[in-house]
Amino acid sequence: MGAHSAPEHSRERAASSLPARAGVGFKSAHFADIEASARDVGFFEIHAENYMGAGGNPHAQLMRLRRDSPLSIHGVGLSVGGAEPLDRAHLRRVKSLVEQYDPAAFSEHLAWSTQGARFLNDLLPVPYNATALAHVVAHVDEIQEALGRPILLENPAAYLRFRSSQYLEIDFLREVVRRTDCRLLLDVTNVYVSATNLAYSAEDYIDAFPMSYVEEIHLAGYAEDVDEVGAPLLIDAHCAPVPDAVWRLYDRALARCGPVATLIEWDNDVPPWRTLLTQATQAEAFLERRRAVEDGLKSEALHDDLG
Amino acid sequence: MTTSADVDQSAFVRALLDPELPPPNGVEASHGFAPERRFAIYRNNVCVGLVDALAERFPICLQLVGDEFFRAMAQCYVRERLPRTPMLFEYGDAFATFVSDFEPARALPYLPDVARLEYAVGQAYHAADAAPLPLELIRALPLDRLESATAVLHPSTHVVASAYPIVSIWRRHMSDDEMTPVELEHSEEALVTRPELAINVSTLPCGGSAFVDVLRNGRTFGEAMNAATAVAADFKLTDCLRELILTGAFVALSVAQ
Repeated sequence: MGAHSAPEHSRERAASSLPARAGVGFKSAHFADIEASARDVGFFEIHAENYMGAGGNPHAQLMRLRRDSPLSIHGVGLSVGGAEPLDRAHLRRVKSLVEQYDPAAFSEHLAWSTQGARFLNDLLPVPYNATALAHVVAHVDEIQEALGRPILLENPAAYLRFRSSQYLEIDFLREVVRRTDCRLLLDVTNVYVSATNLAYSAEDYIDAFPMSYVEEIHLAGYAEDVDEVGAPLLIDAHCAPVPDAVWRLYDRALARCGPVATLIEWDNDVPPWRTLLTQATQAEAFLERRRAVEDGLKSEALHDDLG
Repeated sequence: MTTSADVDQSAFVRALLDPELPPPNGVEASHGFAPERRFAIYRNNVCVGLVDALAERFPICLQLVGDEFFRAMAQCYVRERLPRTPMLFEYGDAFATFVSDFEPARALPYLPDVARLEYAVGQAYHAADAAPLPLELIRALPLDRLESATAVLHPSTHVVASAYPIVSIWRRHMSDDEMTPVELEHSEEALVTRPELAINVSTLPCGGSAFVDVLRNGRTFGEAMNAATAVAADFKLTDCLRELILTGAFVALSVAQ
């Protein structure tokens, strides 16, 4: 369905096999509802680090999900942007999880979270300069080597910037892709949050993003605050429905990249299953409309009429 | 590979963990004003995220001391001891010891042991799967040779001995029933198992946790019995065995030929 409309790059050398449908972040509290419903979502995504125990309920549920639905594994602990070497023990754990579940995609973040063998449990910012680029490229290479597949790298939500940055975020990502052959996970909410916080145009960012490498999109809600001079400060809190401004930006991204796997992320103040499903249905409607537009433009009737 | 133009990540972490410090050099807001509020978001994410992880890991401790007290106490723990791996379900391994040294919590002397029990429950939740020893195999055991027999415990089996009724406290707060007061003046030894997917928390007779610890080390039932009677002269072996067997605490028993 979506394959014929995918860009050249991903059609021929896709790193992942997620369907161009709406998926949701899996929460164990929803398991019974998912089992009881028609489970009409395109895929489920999990955080790798929550499934690194030896057994029990987490694996029992995940095996059940994996049997019936495509799975995306999203790492939050590899510290790709860290200045120190990767935690090899952790990379081995990720590798063994990926081997066990053979997910349709594995993704990580352009961020760091570990320093001096201490895990900070947050996605911390990377300056966009040559030093950081060398670290990120080396780490992505090492992860891809270990997993035997390209990974998707996600653009971060930013609250401040570094004076030492030499690249724009997009150029930095483009350079990582060029050097590692990784692919991208475009978090549209992060684009909106960063653009608001750092006062640039989210539309321009979407228009310049290297869409031919995008194999998944993330959508989430954010929290709103202001800084000491009253400037808006958005926080990537994954705690609310996707706001209208983000849906509009998503539509703009779809117009450039075509229908692509889209995740609704809702990790805090987790809502009832129905609420989450409604968000996925909404994303599915955007994907459907995009598909219709592309099919319409490609239809033979149109070409015949004009030809 | 670090140059002077870079923000040192260890300096970034120091500023994250110490709210008295200014944001690290080299970070800025887009409008040129101070980045304090912006940096505080990272500070808050780190702290709140880890405090939340502890709250999820120790829900009964949280109920016992209340949200505000728990979060203040957890925040002190976070500052003192960050996770060593990204697997947050392992975080809090030293929380019970921290709580026992935490001066403001002294009024609740049973709190550290409840934390130990909750940590054991969490470990059991993620433990490897294994089939518990079927009852008919146990019934077929030649009891006259039990003294020299050894056992393999289920990977989820944990024990916590306490001078306080930690199982009664745990149960009372786990159930949605009307709160019934717990008589604090007696000790309890907790047994945690997860033979299938559901966690089971029960009590062993006094000396039972010493009994299990000896078996865990691969030693015989005879040696376990010795250790248990050293703790409680009137150790009730039958009650202890019955509880261990019924809760699926064993995956294998072997009798020397």
